[in-house]
Amino acid sequence: MNKEELIAKLKTIIAPYIQDEKAFKNLSEDTDFVKDLKINSANLVDIILDIEDEFNIRLENEDMEKMLDVKSAMSIVTSKLAD
Amino acid sequence: MKQRVVITGLGVVAPNGVGLTDFTKALKNGTSGIRFHQDLKDLKFSCQIGGIPQITDDLKSKYFTDLQLRGFNSSGILYGCIAGMDAWKDAGFDLNPNSELDYDTGLIFGTGTSGVEKFREAIHKLDEGNVRRLGSTVVLQTMASGISAYLGGMLGFGNQVTTNSSACTTGTEALLMGYERIKYGKAKRMLVGSCSDHGPYIWGGFDAMRVMTYKHNDSPTEGSQPMSASASGFVPGSGAGALVLESLESALERGATIYAEVLGGEINSGGQRQGGTLTAPNPEAVQRCIKNALHNSGIDSSEIEVINGHLTATSKDTLEIENWTKALQRQGKNFPFINSTKSLVGHCLAAAGAIECVASIIQLKEQFIAPNVNCEDLHSGIEELVSPEKIPHKKIDLEFDTIAKASFGFGDVNACVLFKRFIA
Repeated sequence: MNKEELIAKLKTIIAPYIQDEKAFKNLSEDTDFVKDLKINSANLVDIILDIEDEFNIRLENEDMEKMLDVKSAMSIVTSKLAD
Repeated sequence: MKQRVVITGLGVVAPNGVGLTDFTKALKNGTSGIRFHQDLKDLKFSCQIGGIPQITDDLKSKYFTDLQLRGFNSSGILYGCIAGMDAWKDAGFDLNPNSELDYDTGLIFGTGTSGVEKFREAIHKLDEGNVRRLGSTVVLQTMASGISAYLGGMLGFGNQVTTNSSACTTGTEALLMGYERIKYGKAKRMLVGSCSDHGPYIWGGFDAMRVMTYKHNDSPTEGSQPMSASASGFVPGSGAGALVLESLESALERGATIYAEVLGGEINSGGQRQGGTLTAPNPEAVQRCIKNALHNSGIDSSEIEVINGHLTATSKDTLEIENWTKALQRQGKNFPFINSTKSLVGHCLAAAGAIECVASIIQLKEQFIAPNVNCEDLHSGIEELVSPEKIPHKKIDLEFDTIAKASFGFGDVNACVLFKRFIA
């Protein structure tokens, strides 16, 4: 899966949780889930579960703590997929 | 200075009508909301009928965002939010998620238990060792105060936001607690009410106690028979009722529609003494509750024209009537008209008090008495105390000013409130 495909998949997953449409439209690797997309921090755990289901991977608490923006989400998913 | 308190908004989600218009029509026509439920039969319930409000997905999406509905599985919170938002809108306020924080308005919205189906989902996952897969929504939907948490945020209230719980007294208690908060100047407005989940996981315990009727699985609308000789237990219900209470001063200032005035009331407990138990009322405490409600409202028992009783369709109905006759010192032809909304919606448990307070206000505002269905064969013990014409089977149009509403609950707890027609 290339970068664009991965971003597209992540975008679909986080779409239901975002509170800032404009930031979502302009989503890039640097987009922060809470600061930019205004996602309720409680929903970050739901996003993690949705990512687990979509990619059939398991994310640990340490992964979760790091997954605060699109870039970190991509890198964690990529490394899990490579395992 | 003590404030006078009036009702300026109503909302209701009942088994026989969702929204004020449909519920009012159902009350007038004596339409039952009791239906047969296959899942209860499949689960081997003795009582396979119950009252569940009819809510479409379309209606849900008018009150909740897609995100709020994600992983949402708490029928009580669903009903409570719809009723609460309707009441707020009915009182003349906007439903704006970005409204300015309103420190003058609070909310007391009760329930018995919250999100039992959500809790069941969670327990299954948890027992499989999957606690990490619960997601973020379990706590908010299963905590008792889930309903006040949801509603408080939807409406942006900044005064006290809480949930009370006192079994089947809950809704009437919430109303009286909100009333006192306004009366003593702590808030200008209080949204009060109560809600209850539907379904086997909330009703099962009652089925096991054999307090629900098992005789009407083939004739659901005839199942709920308060005051009848053949009453054989209550029919479970669910839903929510909500009322906006407001200081008279604030209501007049806003030019709000005033449904009625809350004259006052009383909340007490029989302490499970003198015949009272966890499940049965102490008659002396019930009578005291009614008498004190009158006293606190500054009216004489002769002024009560209509009673909306608790009257669940168990063997305790006769005792309740006896308590009313003793507390009011009125019987026979001199007894007020009395009805039980439960004949149409079943016993909506924690939601009962609020739904029935809304029913009382509708009857007062529109000047009618809703029919008691399914009690053509009035219980002989009741007939000895009250003239049958005081328990109408058909809707009666009646000019009246004062209605009493009482609710009683497990734990031997009581609440009674007096409403008066408001004429500006």
